[in-house]
Amino acid sequence: MPTFEYAPAPESRDLANLRPSYQMFVDGKFVDGTGRPLKTVNPATEEVLAEVATASPDDVDLAVRAARRAYDRVWGRMPGAERGKYLFRIARLIQERSRELAVLESLDNGKPIKEARDTDVPTAAAHFFHHAGWADKLDYAGYGPEPRPLGVAAQVIPWNFPLLMLAWKIAPALACGNTVVLKPAETTPLTALVFADICRQAELPPGVVNILPGAGDIGAALVAHPDVDKVAFTGSTEVGKEITRTLAGTGRRLTLELGGKAANIVFDDAPLDQAVEGIVNGIFFNQGHVCCAGSRLLVQESVAEELLAKLHTRIATLRVGDPLDKNTDVGAINSREQLDKIVELSDAGDAEGAQRWTSPCPLPDRGLFFAPTVFSEVQQSMRIAKEEIFGPVLSVLTFRTPDEAVAKANNTPYGLSAGVWTEKGSRILWAAQRLRAGVVWANTFNRFDPTAPFGGYRESGFGREGGRAGLEAYLDV
Amino acid sequence: MASPSTTTEASDRTVSALPGDLSDAVRDDAALRRFLHGLPGVDQVGLEQRSAGLATRSIKKAAKLWAIDTAISMVDLTTLEGADTPGKVRSLAAKARRPDSDHPDVPRVAALCVYPDLVEVAVDAVRGTDIGVASVATAFPSGRAHRDVKLADTRHAVAAGATEIDMVIDRGAFLTGRYGQVFEEIQAVKQACGSAHLKVILETGELATYDNVRRASWLALLAGGDFIKTSTGKVSPAATLPVTQLMLQTVRDWHDRTGQLRGVKPAGGIRTTKDAIRHLVAVHEVAGPDWLTPDLFRIGASSLLTDLLMQRRAQRNGHYSGPDYVTVD
Repeated sequence: MPTFEYAPAPESRDLANLRPSYQMFVDGKFVDGTGRPLKTVNPATEEVLAEVATASPDDVDLAVRAARRAYDRVWGRMPGAERGKYLFRIARLIQERSRELAVLESLDNGKPIKEARDTDVPTAAAHFFHHAGWADKLDYAGYGPEPRPLGVAAQVIPWNFPLLMLAWKIAPALACGNTVVLKPAETTPLTALVFADICRQAELPPGVVNILPGAGDIGAALVAHPDVDKVAFTGSTEVGKEITRTLAGTGRRLTLELGGKAANIVFDDAPLDQAVEGIVNGIFFNQGHVCCAGSRLLVQESVAEELLAKLHTRIATLRVGDPLDKNTDVGAINSREQLDKIVELSDAGDAEGAQRWTSPCPLPDRGLFFAPTVFSEVQQSMRIAKEEIFGPVLSVLTFRTPDEAVAKANNTPYGLSAGVWTEKGSRILWAAQRLRAGVVWANTFNRFDPTAPFGGYRESGFGREGGRAGLEAYLDV
Repeated sequence: MASPSTTTEASDRTVSALPGDLSDAVRDDAALRRFLHGLPGVDQVGLEQRSAGLATRSIKKAAKLWAIDTAISMVDLTTLEGADTPGKVRSLAAKARRPDSDHPDVPRVAALCVYPDLVEVAVDAVRGTDIGVASVATAFPSGRAHRDVKLADTRHAVAAGATEIDMVIDRGAFLTGRYGQVFEEIQAVKQACGSAHLKVILETGELATYDNVRRASWLALLAGGDFIKTSTGKVSPAATLPVTQLMLQTVRDWHDRTGQLRGVKPAGGIRTTKDAIRHLVAVHEVAGPDWLTPDLFRIGASSLLTDLLMQRRAQRNGHYSGPDYVTVD
């Protein structure tokens, strides 16, 4: 049998301009934090990439005060057209430094370079371009005359899309006239600090953007700071609940974008080959580290067997390995802790009687990797059907009728996204009306655009990011 | 077996080689229509997105050399001009036998593809090699002739020594929904081919939708086509990566249902090594590595070979030497 061995095509690591140490960014300056420095690790090799200064609660106070000064003196009163110019400049600089950012993101996060290069960085730039356009048009956004900024925004973002989540948070905040203090995730702080350098390159006034690396305690100190007017958090439901308790009764604004356990529903008249692609993209994109991942596949029983066979064939072609190789489809799991969690939940799937199938793809000898895995014979009552695994693990359930599909899809405390696969237009609309999820994709999955609002129901959080709806979260209307 | 009838009258279409459910599918026109329209739909956006993904695979150095040699061995070196002459065919045959005289290790192409009246010349020119002679019969490229003419065209080409027949389907009949007529015609041509291999040209550029391409692909396989081929090369768009991908899915599905291996041939529009390699990546990832052989995948092209040879030299020598170092045909 002939074989087609693709040649390794690694992107040059040098493009990342990796430095041995990074400082935090406060009031327009890179400074050493007074917290204990952390070491950030390349999950594909478990080697230390760099040492990063972290904030202490005192630094949080300094940063919030810098943001307040910048808000009061410069940014809050600057005409929208002027703010827009800064945002456009930032967007262009992200494009100019796109290769550097993509390689650095891949190194620090473990995601495949092709996803960092083709999705994360261009979409991050697009968010700045989109919001730059809004900066001078807020009066016409339908919120009445002269909507006002809120003030200082505290933002805490996760490790799965470090740069993209930063863009989702910072771009609308700045466009609306707020200043920000952002805490990137403990395991992926590097691109946020390069973004800080981009802010400096763009000559953004000091204090408008402040970046504080640190662990969960710094995030907690930041969102609890009394001089913060708005909190935006993306991360786990557990932490989201804690933040809600902290802010309850303070009158401060809050938006939360939390976990998910999205249903991807395949009806028997679906375009099956494309559904297979959508399922693969839905759960194996970014190693499944996606809060809106299509982690519960609901298939109509009449096509379940056929679809599953096609799915296995397709998944076996996914190439798992060096994230910097341009041929890699699935990269490394971001941290040892996360890998342990995926292993633990998968074992629970075995214990509860689900049927495990693992891709026969070879895995690298070292680094944090988990082969693409599919559980069939999954029942609604099993842990792997209820809990967010946040890894390359798909749970397959079946249904008999459209009503049953919707009932099962909605039978979760989450509600971030859903997918519907059918060639019947009326069924798409019927299902979309009934699915309790912030986004319902039809005959596609995991598509993002700065103009499309994104957010959840119930334990997936509240508030929207992106588009006109996303601006409202940063305006006093 | 089906009768080699030359009329369009529906006869007993039970094909013994087909497994139970598929022979039911071709029982009569209504069953055939139900089967073809019951195939899963094709979502255009999703199909094209996947093709774009396949095109980003990075194939370099050893992998590229392997891909170039594999692509050369799959080429149906083609000349289908009104101005074709024996001289042109002989010249092409010489290149087919030894594509690059400076590099004797270059594999031979799979076949020479000519009009029926030049088959004899081609057969003579490739004698002593295992290079096939393919001929475009059945009133190529339009297919607009009486069935008797099409069958005579086929028989003539086979009698002259063609080992492979590339037939065109009646797109008019297909687009008006007369699937039975198309089915019978393919079956009749297959009969006329004898031991020659039959490649069924769907002319996907005229079928307009991906759903039609999938239906026509199934129809051709049900009727006994050994290969499904995208285009004549006379209509634009000809072979595109999404269409090739769709056909590869169909032969893979066919294999899953019947255990039989059928081939795919994109033709027309593949001019560069890069494009050919993208098609090979699609073969590898969509149908599977089993299809990476000239027995199951061919590329119909006239100028592609020249680029493949240039790129091969560049890989070997480490620099480009320009088109003048490779023969035009």
